[in-house]
Amino acid sequence: MNLALKELLYKMADDQLILGHRNSEWTGFGPILEEDIAFSSMAQDKVGQSLALYTLLQTLGESDPDTVAFTRNANQFHNCILVELPNQEYDFSLIRHFLFDTAEALRFEALGNSSYEPLAQLARKIRGELRYHTLHANTWMKQLGSATEESITRLQNSLQIALPYALGIFEPSPYEAELIDQKIFTGEVALKEKWMAKVESVLNQTQLHLPDWKTITPVYGGREGKHSEHLQPLLDEMSEVFRIDPSAEW
Amino acid sequence: MYGGGNTFEGLKTDSLAQEDPIRLAAFEARIARGEKIEPTDWMPQLYRKQLIRMIEQHAHSEIIGALPEGTWITRAPGFKRKMSLMAKVQDEVGHAQLLYSAAETLGKSREQMVDDLINGKSKYSNIFNYPTFTWADCCFISWLVDAGAIVNQLANAKGSYGPYCRALERICAEESFHLKYGHHCVIYLASGTAKQRQMFQEALNRWWPPMMHFFGPSDKISAHTEVLMRWKVKMGTNDEMRNQFLDMYVPKIWELGFTIPDPSLKKNENGKWQYTEPDWEEFKRVINGDGPCNKERLEVRRIAEARGKWVREALKTPKMSYATPLA
Repeated sequence: MNLALKELLYKMADDQLILGHRNSEWTGFGPILEEDIAFSSMAQDKVGQSLALYTLLQTLGESDPDTVAFTRNANQFHNCILVELPNQEYDFSLIRHFLFDTAEALRFEALGNSSYEPLAQLARKIRGELRYHTLHANTWMKQLGSATEESITRLQNSLQIALPYALGIFEPSPYEAELIDQKIFTGEVALKEKWMAKVESVLNQTQLHLPDWKTITPVYGGREGKHSEHLQPLLDEMSEVFRIDPSAEW
Repeated sequence: MYGGGNTFEGLKTDSLAQEDPIRLAAFEARIARGEKIEPTDWMPQLYRKQLIRMIEQHAHSEIIGALPEGTWITRAPGFKRKMSLMAKVQDEVGHAQLLYSAAETLGKSREQMVDDLINGKSKYSNIFNYPTFTWADCCFISWLVDAGAIVNQLANAKGSYGPYCRALERICAEESFHLKYGHHCVIYLASGTAKQRQMFQEALNRWWPPMMHFFGPSDKISAHTEVLMRWKVKMGTNDEMRNQFLDMYVPKIWELGFTIPDPSLKKNENGKWQYTEPDWEEFKRVINGDGPCNKERLEVRRIAEARGKWVREALKTPKMSYATPLA
């Protein structure tokens, strides 16, 4: 049980940390002040969620959260590739936020019933925070996805780029059956089904076009430590001060 | 964060001759009684103009001030610092939002203010034209630049314009957390390794001159501001603010065992601090655009505005009209 649970916790914690980090890069650069502030709030939530998940891992015998987050290399990270991609323009950041947080909300909804009680408790707390993330994403998707020709075109292009990576969120896990069996998690396959329906229902309220799912080839690899060229530089930056002296207290 | 010193250049009080003397007297009597002026109340043009200028500069300082610290969010060492710094810089952006709204109550829109910022027409606090080379520079800002800002803002919160005072009260409450966070970071550097101590000493050496500039030119050379003091727009002279800051923070810096790079710095028997007069020529040069980071700071704002234009366009709907924010 331990390995399966750890794999699940690591990939979720790494997802939150890396996307939180990316979201925080919008601070000072948002298209309007209110979006600076919103992305910063979501960044704080996500990094806080990753800390809570790493703390759970520590109780299972892993190193302390700072060591785990600030000293591993890219190939030791289990986040999906979607979250490590650079922010690019606001349209890409918004699309990623929408696709990822729709999945997150459903994931933590399901985990609220996990048989592993510490995770179930944490999931119920995180679920409450994510409600605001999806509310934010859906509001902006509906507004920008039906506004000007430019906003619709931009979102459509970013959607095409992001969708293969978004399917990578649900990269098959070698522990899928075990997790389901032990009622720790309902599994990536079930999550993906729910996610597709939710994504469709929001996109249907916009002028954006969702391609046939069958035509999209998922980009996998992240869950087993195979990342794009963007993750290592992100980690180098994140640990720049920490590595000056990892034994020092900052 | 904000240094008030650069706000009041080129004041022409002869414009008061055009105001209705009876209304002007009633206005001044209200302020003398300690009443707050609200957006729909009568006010002299000069009062309106100076307030817009002051609040706008303050708002710009918050959003430009988010940049030198913001670059360290992605590099903050450890979870505790990363999360605190994110929240802190977010607060600063939130202050900008609050202050632009306060300034809007006087009749200038946020868009106009942002345009004036990126076209170089409006100023912002000079200190943000200096670079943050290391984590210790970022800690210096969080502790001591915020401390300086609090000195200014607590004074201004007792001013006469209602919406600005109310915004400042909220801002000061948040800044007091920034100060604690910044102090905490510096204590860790002070009590850490030799390398950490050296990092902060070097940051202190770099930032001390801009910190002394922060409160604006010496009273001996700064513009006359008696009218603004009477109207409670400006609540203290630059030297008074600087002295208050030195009084509160020099002992704390010394307590941590750091050396302030000014051999003349000491407290006189009359309770006033004596120091080497900062280089006011450099101050003027930097405020007029020739500092180490002026171009970079404005360029970042310009790019952010240009990249976000399509978003702002897409938010407009035909039914929308401009609404002055609630005061």
